[in-house]
Amino acid sequence: MSDGSENGGAMLAVVLIAATIAFVVIGTMWPTKAALAYTGGQGLTSSSSTPEAAVQNLGDEIRASAWQKAYDGLANKAQFTEQEFEHDLKGYYPSLRTYATLDRFEVFPLHASDSDAEVRLKLYWSSVVGISEGTRDLHVVRAGDRWQVEWPIVKKPVVPPQVIPVNYLRWDVIYRGAGDDWGAQDVEAPHVRIVDMRPVERAEGVVILGELLNEDVVPAYVSVNATLIGKNQQPIATEGSFDKISHLLLPKQVTPFLINFPNATLADVGSVRMTPFSTLVPASADPVIEIDNEKLNPAPDASLTGQVINQSGQVVNVAHVLGTFYDSTGHLVWVADEYLDRALLPQTPESFNIHIPEDLARQISSERTIVSTYSSGGSV
Amino acid sequence: MRTPWAILLGGVAGFVGQLIFAQSNQLTLPAMVEAGSAFSIETAGSGQGTLYVAGLGQVIRKDVELGKTAWFPAGSLYDAGRYVVILEASGNSESGILDVAPQTKPASLSFLARPSRLPIALHNGITGAVYVFDAYKNLVTAPTPVSFALSSPSGAAQTRTVTAKDGAAWTAMDSTAKQGADKFVAEDDDIASTRVIGQVPGDPCGLKMTAKPDGDKVALATDPVRDCSGNAVPDGTIVTFTETYGDTQSTVDVPLKRDIAAVEMPAHNGATITVASGVILGNQIRWEK
Repeated sequence: MSDGSENGGAMLAVVLIAATIAFVVIGTMWPTKAALAYTGGQGLTSSSSTPEAAVQNLGDEIRASAWQKAYDGLANKAQFTEQEFEHDLKGYYPSLRTYATLDRFEVFPLHASDSDAEVRLKLYWSSVVGISEGTRDLHVVRAGDRWQVEWPIVKKPVVPPQVIPVNYLRWDVIYRGAGDDWGAQDVEAPHVRIVDMRPVERAEGVVILGELLNEDVVPAYVSVNATLIGKNQQPIATEGSFDKISHLLLPKQVTPFLINFPNATLADVGSVRMTPFSTLVPASADPVIEIDNEKLNPAPDASLTGQVINQSGQVVNVAHVLGTFYDSTGHLVWVADEYLDRALLPQTPESFNIHIPEDLARQISSERTIVSTYSSGGSV
Repeated sequence: MRTPWAILLGGVAGFVGQLIFAQSNQLTLPAMVEAGSAFSIETAGSGQGTLYVAGLGQVIRKDVELGKTAWFPAGSLYDAGRYVVILEASGNSESGILDVAPQTKPASLSFLARPSRLPIALHNGITGAVYVFDAYKNLVTAPTPVSFALSSPSGAAQTRTVTAKDGAAWTAMDSTAKQGADKFVAEDDDIASTRVIGQVPGDPCGLKMTAKPDGDKVALATDPVRDCSGNAVPDGTIVTFTETYGDTQSTVDVPLKRDIAAVEMPAHNGATITVASGVILGNQIRWEK
């Protein structure tokens, strides 16, 4: 019996090895287009015989990070360098986009003639905080029997030489040491308070919306947990606000928060237990971010749009815009957010567009926007 | 039926044994010893023996000559509590109990003052708890008066005297109407411990801004921001300016700097500008060029 099973095992091993070798050979000799594209080959690139095909090829090359190939195929490449082209797409300063990859793209023909065409390229970048969209309207020109894209380069923003005095407060913290007497005080945690809370039933589950106030005179690192309690007084689930909150609150600053409970229904919930957390952290009141031209755009495609302007002299690498939406009586209706995937340069406006669910947009009559920022310390 | 009889007989035998043991008087122990003080144990009989003193934190072994006094110098037993004393001689042993009491004179205080920071004018907002220890870190259980004194920057002081019970005394004090660092002192005998309590201003009161044209912008600035007791609200506190014009809105969160929040916003004719800090609303301005 044992001899037979040993022979069978050896036979299986031989078959697996042979099959592996065969697949490797087949994959090498006749690779799929996608695989070839990612190895830097010509895989996905087809003939640019139409404006759409030319834009499609450009999108494939951007997705494969084949910057040189994408740059070489542009009709107006003499107007900028390959590095400028890459920075236009990936950012001139470290930002979310710098570390993002192009997940997918869509091509929409807008207008075409025999000699030129307008094509919209919608890019979906995959970043650490999710997908961010970008749209470029491209002018495509005929060059002989093929079409070439004229890239609408957005050159590096120029910040005029200047001195921006920054003398806002900074808070440093000295915590209790290990050698201190056990009765010695540690620094008091900041006092924070939930000033508004509302559970909402959505298709994806229960959502807890609210606002948190730092009522102290020191900065606070905050987060909020919520526990749904069933009608039988047993906990159903506990979730946290994660990144749907501005974690750093300066004195008297208010942040909205949103906590998702997927697959939960409000009918099962008897009560909600809210647990705000706060920790005293070193912080700076700089940078000050101005939010300009905020506008509530009605449905369809309801959104909150506006611009954020960095009033400090330091580059803000990541900006997170949080919108709080109220009805005409001032009740909280919704909380939504957007990460800006471009760095905020001093005094340079950057647009934001926060999507609002269509069914809620009709209830909204006012909003409040805040921006939380992250800077790695670089300057222009 | 046999088991209850066995238990009863065992108990009686044990009692008789202890009676005999106690009457042997080979070991005479002091009723109470103060922590850290010298003490002696009397032994009876003759020959050599070994004396063991064992407690939760300490064990002492001492060779003794039976019939003589065994001396223990000061500092031998310093952890307050109950000790078992065993005398072993010629294969026999005898034991007894020795209680070590904390010293009555305090040597240090552990002072817990909470919170380290609180708003002004809060009734019973500050609590202080004191634990009284002797020189060997034993809790002094004898009643002892502890005085608490909270002095504010304005000079006003609140004092309380509380008798410590089982080594602990506590009190509650009000925060005063003036911001600043309060000294909170607890004192027992000549031992004192000091904590600093930060009294911080309350919410802004009567928040008011003014506006003036500045080119194509409007320059907004608050009056010095103070709480309802007249204390300056600390720099860094966020003041939110909101400008509403038609269906657009602009918002800036500005930290206070030298008691004032100032910002420039777009100057739209007919715009409504509001100011707020936290949940406190200030005045509203309608901007007309």
